[in-house]
Amino acid sequence: MAAKYVITLCDGTKCINNGAHRVRAALDEQLRAHGLTDQVRINLSGCLGMCEKGPIMVVNPGYVIYGGLDESDVERIVTEHLVGGKLIGDLEVEQDHLYNRFYRIFGDVGFFGKQMRIALRNCGIINPENIDDYLSLRGYEALGKALTEMSPADIVAEVQRSGLRGRGGAGFPTGLKWKLTAAEKATPKYVICNADEGDPGAFMDRSAIEGDPHTVVEGMALGAYAVGAERGVVYIRAEYPLAIKRITKAIEDARAHGFLGERILGSDFNFDIEIRLGAGAFVCGEETALIHSIEGARGMPRPRPPYPSVQGLFGKPTLINNVETWANIPVIIMDGATWFSTVGTETSKGTKVFALAGKVVNTGLVEVPMGTTLREIIYDIGGGLPGGRKFKAVQTGGPSGGCLPERCLDTPIDYESLAKAGSIMGSGGMIVIDEDSCMVDIARFFLEFTQNESCGKCTPCREGTKRMLEILTRITEGKGRAGDIEKLQRLGETIKKASLCGLGQSAPNPVLSTIENFREEYEEHIEQGKCRAGACKALIRFEILQMCKGCGVCRKVCPVGAITGQAKHLHVIDQDKCVRCGLCFEKCKFDAIVKV
Amino acid sequence: MTTTQEKDALAELGEFIAEVMQREYPHSHLIAVLHKAQALYGYLPTEVMNEVAVRMGIPTAHIWGVATFYHYFNLNPPGKHTISVCLGTACYVKGAGAILQRIKDELKIDFGQVTEDGMFSLQPARCLGACGLAPVVMIDDTIHGDLTADKMMELLETYRKGSED
Ligand SMILES: Cc1cc2nc3c(=O)[nH]c(=O)nc-3n(C[C@H](O)[C@H](O)[C@H](O)COP(=O)(O)O)c2cc1C
Ligand code: FES
Repeated sequence: MAAKYVITLCDGTKCINNGAHRVRAALDEQLRAHGLTDQVRINLSGCLGMCEKGPIMVVNPGYVIYGGLDESDVERIVTEHLVGGKLIGDLEVEQDHLYNRFYRIFGDVGFFGKQMRIALRNCGIINPENIDDYLSLRGYEALGKALTEMSPADIVAEVQRSGLRGRGGAGFPTGLKWKLTAAEKATPKYVICNADEGDPGAFMDRSAIEGDPHTVVEGMALGAYAVGAERGVVYIRAEYPLAIKRITKAIEDARAHGFLGERILGSDFNFDIEIRLGAGAFVCGEETALIHSIEGARGMPRPRPPYPSVQGLFGKPTLINNVETWANIPVIIMDGATWFSTVGTETSKGTKVFALAGKVVNTGLVEVPMGTTLREIIYDIGGGLPGGRKFKAVQTGGPSGGCLPERCLDTPIDYESLAKAGSIMGSGGMIVIDEDSCMVDIARFFLEFTQNESCGKCTPCREGTKRMLEILTRITEGKGRAGDIEKLQRLGETIKKASLCGLGQSAPNPVLSTIENFREEYEEHIEQGKCRAGACKALIRFEILQMCKGCGVCRKVCPVGAITGQAKHLHVIDQDKCVRCGLCFEKCKFDAIVKV
Repeated sequence: MTTTQEKDALAELGEFIAEVMQREYPHSHLIAVLHKAQALYGYLPTEVMNEVAVRMGIPTAHIWGVATFYHYFNLNPPGKHTISVCLGTACYVKGAGAILQRIKDELKIDFGQVTEDGMFSLQPARCLGACGLAPVVMIDDTIHGDLTADKMMELLETYRKGSED
């Protein structure tokens, strides 16, 4: 029988502390007592963001939210609401947080159950090319509120109080950055949206802009008002044509509606935004390099201080934030810092968007409250690994981050915990890796990327990453030597300390973290010439077993003619000629070829 | 390319340059001008970069510096079809390396090169935002996902045939 009611109980940490499990037990008991067990389905959800009113229960249909519950309230809910069909006013939680809308539409889908959408609150709900859609969901309300009721200093204070930290990677407190920029006297000032999204394997910022460009525009307008800037720039990758089109249209529509331009909403605040395209250079995500790129030059970073807040674009004070950081701002102004800071952990407030991909069943964007564990993201939201494959590592932070093994899966997502475990929060790439991948090869992959993207300005990064890559390549080719691991560690530590910008300062991380967590794989490569994942070509061999039927398929597909044999007779591989492409292995219908 | 087409392209580029030269900090628009030039010509021919230098009053050396710094700019004419192999992390752990190797073996070109018949050029791509379909290859503007080396070979064949008609 289909359930008549669906009850969602918040299973977030704060609700549990407030007695959610007792409420659950009471609910089970009451349903049994009233013979309703078949008619009510119970779901558990991640943090619903109403922690101060916990424990929280949502009754559907109707999306009625009850909060502050104890055992005795449960009895009333069952008898009055479920049996009697009446809402219980004094237990209802007043709620008009925007992100709830997302749940009214998608909340019952497992993938979204543990998520909480603040930055992506409108993605998938509104038509991103229609400003009226955005307006109908309290769009530009925060800007209106700011310009009529709040001074610039109020906004800075509110953002500071919210505890928001930069989502571009480093996690610098956003409010503090705003305060520093606001304090500068020089004019004109600029605000910049960093939409260069460099992590190769992540697409949070692109999706945010494609799904809800006005949020970014509104966030930037609020930032500009707060720090006293009149001009804004969105620096976006040229590889993102749809995002470029949508943000361009959003800016035009906002201008036409008087949310950008002169004397915005009748105030004396003037602000407008232009778009500048990147041209495919990872280092341009770094703020000083990005500024040089907007100025029309090679995107080379420069030493800081002076920070952009003092001397940024065209030498003027500049406030630069990441797309996702901007997308949080309108919510903070609209619903207040007090509410925002109830979501998340002590040091990391709010939510974080991740691009979940790799060897995981559900791939895609997920937005979770800070404090959610890696395990919850990978298994509860991501659905675990496909085909029963075994988990080996999760990579966060892209080329600046690290690989964490199984024993770190219960690490909560926040800036400090991830750093302590040996990775970083980063901008939101999260790649699940299984036993088919070799950790030495993964480290080599990232280093090859950073080495290639190193701008060449400072020696530690330019030369150091090259030497590290040489050693890693050598190890994956089976030519590793005793002492290579220590040499990599020593080089890595030096590069981290001595490099000019964040690129070099973080480039060794993937190598150092894999040595830390998967040292045995390095040792196997060096000492035994063995790659347990079978990924390093030089260390594997293909052999044909006695059971070969002599069908000749392998002989025909071999691109280098390394396989010989007569029809219906055992075939053999000439190991000197073989290039280990694995084609014969894939093509053999009788599983008579093995990888050793 | 015929000369009239070239003249049109140059006229359009010239107009764009004239327009940005009116703005504040005109030289900051150099990258936008190069984007425009590449859109018009398919790559950045040396003569065009020289022309940009003259019209914007920027030393040619600086323009070369910028054009070679950014991966997006091509200094050589591309093939008829451009194959971009995603080498983002998700695609890499799902076997993009093997696909790339097959393409290189089959077409006998490396990144940044064009096949002898001018049909294909090859370039690496960072995440194409289609990680759910990994491994992914983009040919011109079309994304092909869930690829294997074999499917890739079939695709190349389709593009070859498509071009004959
Ligand atoms: C090599 C490198 C690449 C970076 N790439 C990005 C990027 O793609 N997007 C981004 O928002 N920040 C990136 N950053 C961080 C920026 O320098 C800067 O800290 C950030 O844009 C500040 O915004 P936030 O405080 O809102 O995070 C990168 C930093 C480094 C060192
Ligand atoms: S890594 Fe290839 S599409 Fe994302």
